Amino acid sequence: MYRYDEFDYDFVQQRVAQFGDQVERRIEGDLTEDQFKPLRLMNGLYLQLHAYMLRVAIPYGTFNSVQMRKLAHIARKYDRGYGHFTTRQNIQYNWPVLKDVPAILKELAEVEMHAIQTSGNCIRNTTSDQYAGAAADEIEDPRVYCEIIRQWSSLHPEFTFLPRKFKVAVTGATTDRAAIRVHDIGLAIVKNDDGEVGFEVHVGGGQGRTPMIGKVVREFLPKEHLLSYLEAILRVYNQIGRRDNKYKARIKILVHETGIDEIRRLVEEEWNRIKDTALNLPLEEVDRINDYFAPPTFETLDATSRSFEVKRFEDRGFATWVRANVVAHKRPGYAIANISLKPEGEAPGDITDDQMEVVADLAEKYSFDEIRATHEQNLVLPHVKLDDLYDVFLGLQKSGLATGNLGLISDMIVCPGLDYCALANARSIPVAQAISKRFADIERQYDIGELKLKISGCINACGHHHVGHIGILGVDRKGEEYYQITLGGNANENAAIGKIIGPSFAYDKIVDAVETVVNTYLEIRDGAEESFLDAYNRVGMAPFKERLYA
Amino acid sequence: MSLQIMTANRLLGGGVVYFGENEEWTDHFASAKAVEDNDGAAALLTEAEKAEANQLIVGPYLIKVERNEAGLQPLSVKEGIRAKGPTVLYGHGTPANSSESVSSGPVKE
Repeated sequence: MYRYDEFDYDFVQQRVAQFGDQVERRIEGDLTEDQFKPLRLMNGLYLQLHAYMLRVAIPYGTFNSVQMRKLAHIARKYDRGYGHFTTRQNIQYNWPVLKDVPAILKELAEVEMHAIQTSGNCIRNTTSDQYAGAAADEIEDPRVYCEIIRQWSSLHPEFTFLPRKFKVAVTGATTDRAAIRVHDIGLAIVKNDDGEVGFEVHVGGGQGRTPMIGKVVREFLPKEHLLSYLEAILRVYNQIGRRDNKYKARIKILVHETGIDEIRRLVEEEWNRIKDTALNLPLEEVDRINDYFAPPTFETLDATSRSFEVKRFEDRGFATWVRANVVAHKRPGYAIANISLKPEGEAPGDITDDQMEVVADLAEKYSFDEIRATHEQNLVLPHVKLDDLYDVFLGLQKSGLATGNLGLISDMIVCPGLDYCALANARSIPVAQAISKRFADIERQYDIGELKLKISGCINACGHHHVGHIGILGVDRKGEEYYQITLGGNANENAAIGKIIGPSFAYDKIVDAVETVVNTYLEIRDGAEESFLDAYNRVGMAPFKERLYA
Repeated sequence: MSLQIMTANRLLGGGVVYFGENEEWTDHFASAKAVEDNDGAAALLTEAEKAEANQLIVGPYLIKVERNEAGLQPLSVKEGIRAKGPTVLYGHGTPANSSESVSSGPVKE
């Protein structure tokens, strides 16, 4: 688990006291809103359409039952009985009142959590593979390096006021489940020809109004140089990144305008200057942090479980859930159980306080007390015995958490949109709900197969629409909500930005349009084995466009 | 000049408020004071500055509205949602205009 040490304890306590004082001064009128706003943002507190919104960090998406119960308690006591898991492994509360926020932060600190660096132009929560430590295709556990980055980037004085926000993602597996190529820095743990483990470093990826796939700035970085190399990249960006125009201030624009070769030259020049300083990572320190992430005490089990197979045969609902939501574990006899937060017709990513308690109980009893939050707005119990899966399923089912739709069309990434967000142009959640209802038949979803649909309510792209196999972007057309469709995006190791298919659709036409796209795919696919994305990559935009605008 | 009203968010709760016909800040869009000339708009701005200085509200701005038989109507989807709350259920199926709303109650605290 993540190592919340004495240093974290001290600075979180200091920050809680400091922010409490700042809130008091704001309420008393000693601070103006202009003075207070940057202070509240540094503590994850936004003012949205209807209320304040508090974003709480879940470092690389890993947390435990005590923390989940605290999140449930906060939802119950200070909010409206629910929380919303975000597209960056955080959780948001949509209705806190200002005077309660210091108390919320104090309660979070009791379970080693906080909201620091979940907003502002700083290095944000480092995200990772939700299957870290459990995935069969993993070279090394990426959380070790996420934690090193977390410790280095927390309150880093040089990088507290960057030109814009800065997001880092790390994957340790060959399949990229962390979307590293659409991050400011993406790190892939790789093995070189000599069998040494290090990082392939991608820089300048991102979404927003100018989507870019990150470029490889270094093909192999030895582990001990991780921090010096990151520092070199950040320093180059901090020095020459644009500050005159916030729409051109992300590192992706700098990389694009300067060229990756020149960026590489500048980064390597800086890196050569600093790489053998205190930033050099002693391998014993890596080992020490590695110990925090030591695998749980797995039992030696058979690869198959008779009771699991019997239940799968007897209970069709269980079989369906297993088919979509259960993934192979690296250890025989164990499985990774995904908990979909996309039940039919509900707001993606939302979870009630009672459901949080259920997940906490199941994690404690069946998954070595580990829970993961995913950037796709779901939860994971990473280490469940096959023998226990049915009990986990029954527990989830009782609480409305056993939807077996992972990776299918109803498992959408969706930003809060105009129902909550002050920046949005159009609503996202009701569109997602309508699509979820239209495709409610799970057999139909299985027939369609893997399909990543992602919805953003504005060009800031919090709903990752650029990398959706089908992307939906809400736009404002003379005060009315319209929706643009993109096809062919992809967030994994073959990352691609989707292309706009044509003119946008009105609110009451967008679900029909999505269905037309899906039906077109079903007609043209080369057998059920050809996925939506493969079919699109084979035939291109033309047949979809032809049907959509006929 | 178009018909306009003054809106903001409450400092303490963050809820949406409007400067009302009764010269006080209200949660209710329908009770907002609408003006259609520069003097009226200037008066609303003065009220907003005063309320900001008294720590009642944050981020005030004027919005265009229209009046029909049913009363004042927002002109944009965004202001419609601000006025009524989220269009979706959340949590335990809580509707937007729940009486449990933390943004309800008196404005002056």
